[in-house]
Amino acid sequence: MFESLTDRMQGTFKKLNSKGRIAESDIDLALREVRISLMEADVNLKVAKQFIADVKEKVEAARALESLNPTQQVIQVVNEELVELLGSTQSKLETAPSPPTVYMLVGLQGAGKTTHASKLALYLRKQGARPLLVAADVYRPAAVKQLETLGASLNIPVHSEGTQVAPEQIAANALREARSNGYTHVLLDTAGRLSIDEGMMQELERVKVQTNPTETLLVADAMTGQEAVRVARQFHERLGVTGLIMTKMDGDARGGAALSIRSVTGVPIKFIGTGERPEAMEPFMPDRLASRILGLGDMLSLIERAQSAFDERQAEELERKMRTATFTLEDFFNQLQTIKSMGPLQQLVDMIPGMGSAMRGQDVQVDDREMKRIEAIIQSMTVAERQRPDLLKNGKRRKRIAAGSGTSVADVNALLSQFSQMQKMMKQLTSGKMPKIPGLFG
Amino acid sequence: MARFFRSRQDPQVRDEKLEEGLQRSRTGLFGQMSALFDREEITDETWEELEELLVASDVGVETTFGLVEHLQDRVETEKLRRPSQVRQALKDELLLMLTSLPPRRQEPPNGDALLVTLIVGVNGVGKTTSIAKIANRLRENGANVVIGAADTFRAAAIDQLEVWGERAGVPVIAGAPNSDPASVVHDALTAATSRHADVLLVDTAGRLHTKYNLMEELRKIQRVVTRGGNTRIENLMVLDATTGQNGLEQARKFAGTVTLDGVVLAKMDGTSKGGIAFAIVKELGVPIRYVATGEKIDDLAEFDARAFVDALWS
Repeated sequence: MFESLTDRMQGTFKKLNSKGRIAESDIDLALREVRISLMEADVNLKVAKQFIADVKEKVEAARALESLNPTQQVIQVVNEELVELLGSTQSKLETAPSPPTVYMLVGLQGAGKTTHASKLALYLRKQGARPLLVAADVYRPAAVKQLETLGASLNIPVHSEGTQVAPEQIAANALREARSNGYTHVLLDTAGRLSIDEGMMQELERVKVQTNPTETLLVADAMTGQEAVRVARQFHERLGVTGLIMTKMDGDARGGAALSIRSVTGVPIKFIGTGERPEAMEPFMPDRLASRILGLGDMLSLIERAQSAFDERQAEELERKMRTATFTLEDFFNQLQTIKSMGPLQQLVDMIPGMGSAMRGQDVQVDDREMKRIEAIIQSMTVAERQRPDLLKNGKRRKRIAAGSGTSVADVNALLSQFSQMQKMMKQLTSGKMPKIPGLFG
Repeated sequence: MARFFRSRQDPQVRDEKLEEGLQRSRTGLFGQMSALFDREEITDETWEELEELLVASDVGVETTFGLVEHLQDRVETEKLRRPSQVRQALKDELLLMLTSLPPRRQEPPNGDALLVTLIVGVNGVGKTTSIAKIANRLRENGANVVIGAADTFRAAAIDQLEVWGERAGVPVIAGAPNSDPASVVHDALTAATSRHADVLLVDTAGRLHTKYNLMEELRKIQRVVTRGGNTRIENLMVLDATTGQNGLEQARKFAGTVTLDGVVLAKMDGTSKGGIAFAIVKELGVPIRYVATGEKIDDLAEFDARAFVDALWS
């Protein structure tokens, strides 16, 4: 595994610093690291090259040459440019002057069109719209049934005519139905297709002519590699794409495809898909994707998750307990529950800049199972024991807890010593002395 | 022209169809690589262009750098002067990467054991379609095949598989939507055993490799199979050929959860090169088993590394 961009660039500049002055050629070396990082994130080779060429002038202009911390300087400029390129403002969905507004979803097989058609419908309904889903994928076995099932579960109507009617005909009929029944939005779910499949691309052109969609949304998988550029360009040339939905962003793909597609089509990214649930779709935030593509971590998302998981009153109470050193195993347990509700640990760690790659390199296990074991141990304690850990000096009690939680006495001991260290740390923290914590995160 | 794949049935017909689909993947960048070595001499530029071509085929920066460095060493020590020699060396290295696999786990020979193949992968890579193609292939070769529809999560996944099962002429054992996939697998095992099936192919729900609970579910399914009596298990991960560098992470996580016995490279009929396959084989020692190309039931071929590498220059 490669180190994070920051680490690598720091390495580059360290070598340079020993030489004294930083020259223009040194900036090239630093930008080479940026380019590698972009390519590791699946940004298209040509797009990455162009981006570096464009950003070089700005980096030099930013006087990175004289900066005390050139790494941060360069990264900051690069990051800003990337955010700019990805779209500096949020892009909203356009609406037709008179309803119904038609949105057509297109893309390769397996990108997530059907899922996102239903997510989009739910999103629109939450905003007070009356959407109609249209099953225009007559090729993939049971695609119509899939949309019908999703529609039924969300209580959103689906227009379908089986698989024997041409998609453009289905779309035209759906539009008629929408007009006569007062639907405000028509969402066309089309079949996945290769952008080089001439017949299938012509079919989309016919659907477009029939329905005159306000938005033609290209649904693209965030894990796509170098070919994302070609695919997007072809869809865009044939259909005039107006927006992008990047799907499967809840995985650990760096999502460079988004930058590639955005830069060759110039089309805004409107939404990102973040999970399998129907509400797992979010408006696109360029700054977050920029740091993700650069491999800088995503503190914003982490903070947001923490905020949504901890409520304020809870946090105040916790702080009071830490201050007064009355933090008990019971509190520890509750804290674990809160952290757990934020998502898998590894995912959280990956959001901390530099941390994800650092830990991967060392093969440190951030193990959700370990957390389960700790929970089991605490749950096997009596209320009194949780509040007064000193009771657990009694070996019989520890034996009982080990048996009850399916662990060993050694496990129980390990937890207790961890906990007592934690209490000590808290005392130091709250008394204003920041201790050095050896071994924390390796 | 070098034959890309081995085929058992109607080799002529099948190869022509596959050739058509694969042609698109092959021309383009890898085609350019051939031109690269038709020049007079090897220069720095040649190496740089070679790197770019490999990266543009999704081979990945790390794998590419490693490969090129190694190649440069060989040029030095073996005193290779002519571009054609370097081309041969590159071919050798690529082939070596695809074929130097650690020995697979050896099951004791047991003629009666039911082979259970779990088909796993992230969402939308083509698991359901691939399973139908594999089932069809096995049935054509005379195996008694049963499909278990254990994707109980995605809406209408079961219906989709049932349509495919009909096309392949293979029975599909399914549970109710949203039921426990492990219990569906249990039922499918029972059904396959009572039908004296040779192979049970199990379709699982798409899951991102980063989702702990869903990966644990897969582990549970595997446990059900290994406890299911006289069975031997094999796990195949389906990989979308358009996938970039994340493909390696996918394979790594799935391999860490259920042990992977092979990869099915799907959607090879597009313009993508599937270059991440090199990194997967090299880093994880998991072989590529099948290549799938289209939406028809016989758009599937067994993977042949030598032909694959040879074809890069055809």
